[in-house]
Amino acid sequence: MSSDQTVLYDVPGAKARVRHRLYGAASIVVALLVLWWVLTKFADKNQLEAAKWSPFLDWVTWKEYLLIGLRQTLIAAVISIVFAAVLGLLLGLGRMSQIRLIRWPCAVFVEFFRAVPVLLMMYFTFRLYNQYGLFSDDLRALAAVVTGLTFYNASVMGEVLRAGVASLPAGQREAGLSIGLRPPQVLRAILVPQALTAMMPILVSQLVIVLKDTALGSAILYDELLNWGQTLGSAQANTVPVLIVVAVIFILLNYALTKVAGRLERRLRRRGASKGVDAEGTGLGAEVTGPDMRYNTQTGL
Amino acid sequence: MGELFSQFNILGAFWVTIQLTFFAAIGALVIGTVVAVMRVSPVPILRGFGTSYVNVFRNTPLTVIMVFTSLGLWQTLGLVLADEQSQHFFKDNNFRLAIVALAVYHASFVCESLRSGINTVQPGQAEAARSIGLTFLQNIRYVVLPQAFRGAVTPLGNTLIALIKNTTVASVIGVAEASFVMADMLDARADVLFLIFIIFAIGFVILTLPVGLLISAVSERLAVKR
Repeated sequence: MSSDQTVLYDVPGAKARVRHRLYGAASIVVALLVLWWVLTKFADKNQLEAAKWSPFLDWVTWKEYLLIGLRQTLIAAVISIVFAAVLGLLLGLGRMSQIRLIRWPCAVFVEFFRAVPVLLMMYFTFRLYNQYGLFSDDLRALAAVVTGLTFYNASVMGEVLRAGVASLPAGQREAGLSIGLRPPQVLRAILVPQALTAMMPILVSQLVIVLKDTALGSAILYDELLNWGQTLGSAQANTVPVLIVVAVIFILLNYALTKVAGRLERRLRRRGASKGVDAEGTGLGAEVTGPDMRYNTQTGL
Repeated sequence: MGELFSQFNILGAFWVTIQLTFFAAIGALVIGTVVAVMRVSPVPILRGFGTSYVNVFRNTPLTVIMVFTSLGLWQTLGLVLADEQSQHFFKDNNFRLAIVALAVYHASFVCESLRSGINTVQPGQAEAARSIGLTFLQNIRYVVLPQAFRGAVTPLGNTLIALIKNTTVASVIGVAEASFVMADMLDARADVLFLIFIIFAIGFVILTLPVGLLISAVSERLAVKR
């Protein structure tokens, strides 16, 4: 990033630095004016009153509303990501299968659920479960949320896995075949384990998407964070402050997760770089100590 | 099935979806481009603003933004986007609020797509522009952005597909787009749940599939030859 940023403009000299500081000051003034305008609007509508914000200093607000909502949000997100990872793995393997009867249904499933909006899926499954009385009443909304999120994210992860396998060097596959493994064995024992490690950061950033999409559950009255926030907002007549607090909770959670994903990716890239040198065969020793050999001893995943 | 189409305005619902997509896409493209330029500008404070915009809106669920435009901007803060005397006031106002929410949310993704597009531009291009004395804005406007847009066709297209699907979130503030009408239909005709879902799901496949095909065709043709 830094390299292309410096390429876009000259390194600022003395005059330019002064000018940039002026621009910076001007933009801060503009930002402050906008902020002031927003705050006066808020004040006009009595949104800055202490009564609207003081509930957040009260532990009861957190204990009986927001933290319950956050717990429900996390429950839905964690269940969905686990199911999606498992189903995604199966779908990815299915799409790479040599048997057409497995490959085609998996392809149709993946393409279909990638195109269907998650909310559409939730509306449908919620009413479907209602109609046939599946799941108990208090679990039905959660089940619908998890179903919608799982099917969509599994399809995405299946595709990510497939792309990960496709991006591996051809030598990996060829080496596996040449030591006498059958193609499905090569896939399971050599290709997928490597693609999976490369997928870790994507899995974590997918968790951000899942976490955000749980908020869709409020549309089918799943009692997640946004839903509890709306209950709280109408109970205390402070909808705007509550929504802002809910948004901040989501932003902090997702920002932290994004950072984790970034760190994972950097770590993998550093490891990948050293691996790359080995794989390119700088010597025979590389083959013995190379990280790929140990996967040959594994029979499955 | 024909009876479903005559009983409910399914095509009308998808027309609302298309309209939402169209206006939100324009809004997101404009905001996203401005934020992207801010993020690569030489002024550190503007870069900070751009980064904060992306971090805030990319990490907030669209549903929260959508609910905020209705409960917050309109009902509490009194922002009105349509003629209050009009008999279509609620419909128009909710529709426009939904466009605001969609545009603001997707602008952060447009910004990130454009930034990846800027990364595909060869450094020599920007250096050549600087060496003939173009300022940062001239450089961005005449040299970097035109190439960056061409390099960003794929991520921009993916954002557009996501936008088409995310218009369904407008149903939480009562915009009668496809998913809203589908929920209505499911309540009214519980006997044909699967048929209704399949109709709408195929509707979305029809909307998103051509976009996907178009992207891969266009991105190859537009890619800057090196």
